[in-house]
Amino acid sequence: MTDIHQIAETTGHPNADLLVEIEHVVFGYDASRTILNDVSLSFGRGKVTAILGGSGCGKTTLLRLIGGVHPVDRGTIRIDGKVVNARNAAQLFALRRRLGMLFQFGALFTDLSVFDNVAFPLREHTDLDESMVRDIVLMKLNAVGLRGAAYLRISEISGGMARRVALARAIALDPELLMYDEPFAGLDPISMAIAANLIRTLNDTTGATSILVSHDVQQCFKICDYAYLMSSQGKVVAEGTPRQLNESEDPQVRQFIRGEPDGPVRFHYPAKPLAEDFGVTA
Amino acid sequence: MTGLVSWLGQRTLEILRILGHHATFLVELIRACPAALRRPYFVVAQIHAIGNLSLIIIVASGTAVGFVLALQMYYALVTYGAAESLGLIVNLSLTRELGPVVTALLFAGRAGTSLTAEIGLMKAGEQLAAMDMMAVDPMSRVLAPRFLAGVVSMPILAILFSSVGILGAYVVAVLLIGVDSGNFWSIMQSGVDVRRDIGNGIIKSIVFGFICTFVALYQGYEAEATPEGVAHGTTRTVVIASLGILMMDFVLTALMFSTP
Repeated sequence: MTDIHQIAETTGHPNADLLVEIEHVVFGYDASRTILNDVSLSFGRGKVTAILGGSGCGKTTLLRLIGGVHPVDRGTIRIDGKVVNARNAAQLFALRRRLGMLFQFGALFTDLSVFDNVAFPLREHTDLDESMVRDIVLMKLNAVGLRGAAYLRISEISGGMARRVALARAIALDPELLMYDEPFAGLDPISMAIAANLIRTLNDTTGATSILVSHDVQQCFKICDYAYLMSSQGKVVAEGTPRQLNESEDPQVRQFIRGEPDGPVRFHYPAKPLAEDFGVTA
Repeated sequence: MTGLVSWLGQRTLEILRILGHHATFLVELIRACPAALRRPYFVVAQIHAIGNLSLIIIVASGTAVGFVLALQMYYALVTYGAAESLGLIVNLSLTRELGPVVTALLFAGRAGTSLTAEIGLMKAGEQLAAMDMMAVDPMSRVLAPRFLAGVVSMPILAILFSSVGILGAYVVAVLLIGVDSGNFWSIMQSGVDVRRDIGNGIIKSIVFGFICTFVALYQGYEAEATPEGVAHGTTRTVVIASLGILMMDFVLTALMFSTP
């Protein structure tokens, strides 16, 4: 395996407490719309950190930037002290071997079985013989409670099971950093509780650092050590432990945590005055 | 006037951007081929998926074309007392033109659309993004094996199409109409040049396989990640690949058969 330390662009020493550091990042998919507007966040080693915020506030984009899918417009992202350079393919691929990502809907390969999906990263990145691959895959599937489903096709499993298979695939290579993109979206209460429990348990047993992107406040607060709240303008508006955020008096934090339909985040999309739209004159 | 110049400028820039994008994609695809060749089992699996599974439509169409060609040619030739040339004309028509062209058009419809839909849906389901995040290059793991399989499968299918077409023509001409069997085969043997006729037909089919597979993969990879985007991508694959095949056929025919 390529040593990331030899090829990464180093601008500082690894921080003993922080695995991922995001500093003053600005990003937009095109010049007309800024998604992330000068955001700075840091993620402690071995911790579960949640990024909360409404739909479209840039949470998933932030994960993609950490994974180097897009280059940032301004600012820096460091993983273990090394700047993520999305234009350096060799560095990115070395970096991504240390990451595991759970996509919103699993992103499982539909032409492969459950077993082969979990075996995929092992077969691509290691020279392990098939008996060893089999043992590791069954261990990972056992960790997510799906050893018995190893030989099912992806079309034969439910959405909740698919998320767990994707989790088993994400941890196949024992990554240092696990990123979860909306792991609770579309799950029934039991599957949601299973997913939340797995995220916490896997984090504690593997010693990995977890970044959890979600808008499900209650589930996130049950399992995370620290949380950031992002606004629809792509800014971090609050941060703290779940308890600190729960006790916050900030109207924006309170509206989001309590799920109030109106408040600093308006119910109505910006529009012309009602009278003008309906042609009513005073 | 300023508006016209501005419009022309915008269109020109847009065309250049599209061409540049295609060229970049092609370079990336070709650069990924050596990595795909190092794991030939993926290429073989794709040859099975897009080559073997096209066999039925190719064999059925080839036979039907052979039947019709023999009938039509016989009616035309018998008027001039040249019915004995039937075998030669059928063979030249199939190996030089109909084999490569019709096979490529069928290939675009059968395998091309399937490739576009598959890649487009993989993109829509974030499978390609997931692969990328697992430090696996989708270009060499997914696209290049399909590209190589398409380029390899096309000439084999075209040869098969021409072969069953000739057999179909034999059935109609010899068994049904009563053309002399020995004459049917011997004039073919003496009038068909392996390098000039069959060889050029194979070269054509390799070029058409390249066009079809490249267009199908590009349209799938660049399709918008929505059901409409994938639907538009598959339609564009058939239209662009078919037009590309027909235009390239004219160019290749002019180059290959410019002298009698």
